Amino acid sequence: MHIVDRRLNPGGKSLVNRQRFLRRARAYVQKAVRDSIKDRSIRDLDKEREISIGRDAIYEPTFHRAAKGGNRERVLPGNREYLEGDRIKRPEGGEGSGADAGQGEGNDDFQFVLSREEFLDLFLDDLELPDLAKRRLIGGEVEGIRRAGYATAGSPANLSVQRTMQKAMGRRMALRRPSGADLRRIEEEIAEIEARDPPRPEDADRLERLREDHARLVRRRNLIAYIDPVDLRYRRFEAVPRPVAQAVMFCLMDVSGSMNEHMKDLAKRFFALLHLFLTRCYEHVEVVFIHHTDRAAEVDEQTFFYSTVTGGTLVSSALDKLIEVAADRYRPDNWNIYVAQASDGDNMTQDNPRVVALMQDHILPMAQYVAYLEVGREEFPDATTMQSMTTLWSAYAPVAEAHRHFVMRKVAHRREIYPVFRELFQRRGVGEKARS
Amino acid sequence: MDARADMPLFTGSDWDFALVNRIYEAIEPIAVDEMKLNVYPNQLEIISAEQMLDAYSSVGMPLFYKHWSFGKQFVTNEMLYRKGLRGLAYELVINSNPCISYIMQENSAMMQTLVIAHAAFGHNHFFRNNYLFRQWTDADGILDYLEFAKRYVAQCEERHGQLAVERVLDAAHALMNQGVHRYPRVRPRDLRREAEREAERQAYRDRIYDDLWRTVPVGAKAATEGRDERLAALGLPQENILYFLEKSGPRLESWQREILRIVRLIAQYFYPQRQTKAMNEGAATYTHYRIMTTLHERGQITDGAFLEFLQSHTAVVYQPTYDSGHFGSFNPYALGFGIMTDVERICMDPTQEDREWFGDIAGSGDPLEVLKDIWANYRDESFISQFLSPRMIREWRLFKILDRENDSEIQVDAIHDERGYRRIRRALAREYDIGRQEPDIQVVDVDLVGDRTLMLEHVVLNGVLLDEGDAAMVLQNLANLWGYEVALSEVDADSRKELKSHRTQPRADWMR
Repeated sequence: MHIVDRRLNPGGKSLVNRQRFLRRARAYVQKAVRDSIKDRSIRDLDKEREISIGRDAIYEPTFHRAAKGGNRERVLPGNREYLEGDRIKRPEGGEGSGADAGQGEGNDDFQFVLSREEFLDLFLDDLELPDLAKRRLIGGEVEGIRRAGYATAGSPANLSVQRTMQKAMGRRMALRRPSGADLRRIEEEIAEIEARDPPRPEDADRLERLREDHARLVRRRNLIAYIDPVDLRYRRFEAVPRPVAQAVMFCLMDVSGSMNEHMKDLAKRFFALLHLFLTRCYEHVEVVFIHHTDRAAEVDEQTFFYSTVTGGTLVSSALDKLIEVAADRYRPDNWNIYVAQASDGDNMTQDNPRVVALMQDHILPMAQYVAYLEVGREEFPDATTMQSMTTLWSAYAPVAEAHRHFVMRKVAHRREIYPVFRELFQRRGVGEKARS
Repeated sequence: MDARADMPLFTGSDWDFALVNRIYEAIEPIAVDEMKLNVYPNQLEIISAEQMLDAYSSVGMPLFYKHWSFGKQFVTNEMLYRKGLRGLAYELVINSNPCISYIMQENSAMMQTLVIAHAAFGHNHFFRNNYLFRQWTDADGILDYLEFAKRYVAQCEERHGQLAVERVLDAAHALMNQGVHRYPRVRPRDLRREAEREAERQAYRDRIYDDLWRTVPVGAKAATEGRDERLAALGLPQENILYFLEKSGPRLESWQREILRIVRLIAQYFYPQRQTKAMNEGAATYTHYRIMTTLHERGQITDGAFLEFLQSHTAVVYQPTYDSGHFGSFNPYALGFGIMTDVERICMDPTQEDREWFGDIAGSGDPLEVLKDIWANYRDESFISQFLSPRMIREWRLFKILDRENDSEIQVDAIHDERGYRRIRRALAREYDIGRQEPDIQVVDVDLVGDRTLMLEHVVLNGVLLDEGDAAMVLQNLANLWGYEVALSEVDADSRKELKSHRTQPRADWMR
C-alpha cells in the first residue's frame, strides 16, 4: 500500500477547462456581467460575484426519453394507504412523481461564480486607455531577473551541462582528438600480435610502429582534453528594471447648491468606473479629490461625496487647485495624470475664458486624458433631453474640438454611465469599425 | 471475539500519515484474511478540497483531455460547494490497477478509517471481481490510455485548432451514450496497446502516402448490390453509433475518427459503472459496515468514534419515502446495502418464507460466500430480480404504480402483499435495466446509391418518444459528423408503426 500526499501538487487543474467554458459562453457571460452592474452599487464592482446565464449556451444534449407521454411503470417506497387497484389523482405539474426529474431542469438559469479577475476581464474587455505613451519608469522599484544567453564565467550552479558538452564536442572534432575506439583498435592489434605464437617475421616492425602510434595517440589525447575550461558555459541572467507605471486621477466636482444628490451619484459612478479601469492599467493609482464652489479644496472621499458647501460657482478655482497639487506632488514627468470633472454645467460667465485658458495651457499639456462629464437632473429621462448648452459646455466645446484627449459627455440617468464610459475608452479599432 | 487487548487506533479526530498507515494495517487483515476479499494493490492519495473539486469535474479521473464541459462541471460544483448546498464526497476511487483512492485531508480519523474500508477494500474488491468490469474494463491500462487520449487531443488541437477539436468532441459527447457495445462477443480490452496501435497506423499512413493518388480519377462504381449485402458490408444494424461513424463515416478525417474512438472507449469503460450503481455502493457499504463493526468489537476504535461512524453510515443509507418531499429515486447505497444485509439474514436466520423464496441460500450459514458470488456475477438488474426479498418489500413498503397516457389517473398496480411481490420485484429490476433506461437507437441503413442518407431507428417502448429538443440537437451533431442527411424514425416496438420522424441536414460550417 502506498500513501501519496497530493496536497502539495499544483492546484488549478481545472483552470484550462474553466477558461474554455468561459470562452464558450463568452457572449452570454459578458451580457450577464454588464447587466449585473446596472442596478448595483459601483463600490463593490470588483468583487467575486455570482453570474447566471441561460442554459442554452452551454447545453449538452443527449438522446433520452421525453419526460411526458407514453405509459410508465414505477416502483416507489413508503406506501402508507394504497391498496392494489387504487386510483390516484395525477399530481400537479408532472407525470407520476417526478419520474424523470433531473432532465426537467432545462430552463433554469445556470449559475456560477466569477472570480474578480475574470469579472473585470469580461467587464472591461474591449476597453483601453487612449494614450499610454507616457508610462513612466520609476527608479528604485523591483527589478526582475531574466535569462540572457550564456556566459563563459559564472557560478557552478548555473553551469549549462548541455551547452558545455556541445562546445567540448565541437572542439574535440575540430582538433581531431583521437577517439577511444581508435586507441582500442591499436591496443587490440598489439595484443593480437603479441599473442601470436610463433611470431611472424614482420611482426616486430609492425609492433614497433603500432606502439609508436599508440604513444602518439595517447599523447594527443592527453594534450587535447575531453572537456577543457574553455568549453565551460554558464547560463547568464540579467537584471532588468521592471517598468512600474503609476497614475494619478484627479476627481473634480462642483458641490455648489445646484448639484443635487442624484447628480453627485452619477458623478460618483463615473469616477468609480474610471478608478477601476485605471487600477487595471497601472500598478499604482492615486486619487485626488477636489471639490469646489467658488473656492476649491482638496478633500477626502467622504467629504467629497457627502458634504454640502454653499457658495457660487467658479470652475477655475478647481483647475487652479489641480495645477497646484500636481506641481506639488505629482510631477507630470513621473506620473500619468488623468482628470475627470463632473459638473452640472453652471459657471460664472466671466470665469469661462480663464477656465479655457487654464485647461488649454496648463492641464491638457500635462494630462493623459481629461474627461468632462455633465450631469443632468433626475427629471431628464436621458441625456438627449438635457439643456443643450450650459455655460461650461459651450466654453469647453471648442477645446474638445482642438484636443483629442479632452472629451466631454452628458449623462442624465445612471444607466447611461456605463455606455458613456465604454464609448470613451473603447479600443480605437473597435470603435472605428463600429462607426464606419 | 478476540481479546480487547489492542489499544484503540486513535482517540481524537486528528490524523497523520503514520496513523493512516496503522489504520490500513488494522483493516487489511480483516478484509483480506477474514473476509477473503480479493483486491488490487491499494494506493491512497491525500488531497485537499480544492483538488477534490478538480477531480469531480473530470469524471473522477486523475487526468483527462481538456474540454469546456468539464469546466462547466467545475463551476457548478464549486458554486454548490461554496454556498454550502452540497458537501464533497469523502472519497473517490478509480478502477485501476493499483486501485487509487482519493481521500480528503479534511476528513476526521474516523472518516479516514471508514473511507479506507469503503473504497480501498469494498469498491476495490467489486472492481476486481465483478464480471462486467472484468469483461469491459482494463484496469491495468486505463491510466496510460487516458494519458494517451489527453496527449492525442492536445496534439490535434495544435494541428487542427482548438475550435475544430472542440466541435468534434461536442458531437462525440452528445452521442456518448450511443457509443457503447452492449451485446457483442466478449473481447478483453487492451488499452495499453491503443497508443501503439495509433502510432503504427500513423506510421503506415506516412509510409504509403503518395500525393499522386489525389489526382487519380475515380471511376463510377456499380452499387447495385442488394440490401442484405449492403447491410452485411456495413455491419448493420449497429447500435454503437460512434463505432459506426468511426468505421464508416465517409467524410471524417483520421484524427476525427481517433477522437470518436477515444470518446467511445471511455464511454465503454464507464458502462459497467452505470449498470452496477446499487451493487457497487452496496458492496462497499456492506464491507465498510462489517469492517468498522469488527474494529469496534476488537476495541480498535472507540465507542465515540463508532457512534460517529454510525451517524454518517445511517445518513448514507437513508431512503426517503416517495411522499417525503425529497424523494428523487432510490438511493443506491440504501438499496444495495439493504438487499445485501437481507441476504446475510437469509443465510443466517431464514424464515419459512425465505426458505420458499431462496431455497438455495437460505440457512447456508456463510453469507460472505453468497455475497461474494453475487458481487462477482450479477449486475443491478439481475441482482434485484433475484435477491429482493418479500420481507424487504414489506419493510420498505414498496408499491408499483401505472401511469398510462390516456388515463387521467394513476393506478396502483401492486403493493407489498402476496400478489404483489413478484410484480414489484420485476418492475424494480426493470428500472435498473440499462437497456430500458436508455432509448434503443440503432443505425439501420445507409442510402448508398442515393444521397447517402444515414437512417436510424428508435424502437419506442411503451409509447415514450424521445425528447424532441434534445433529439434535434443530437441529430444535428450526428449529421455534421456523418456529412450527409440523417433521418431518425421512431417506431413502436410492438406494432412497428412509425410514430414520429426527424430529418437533419449537416451544417457546412460546423467546424468553424
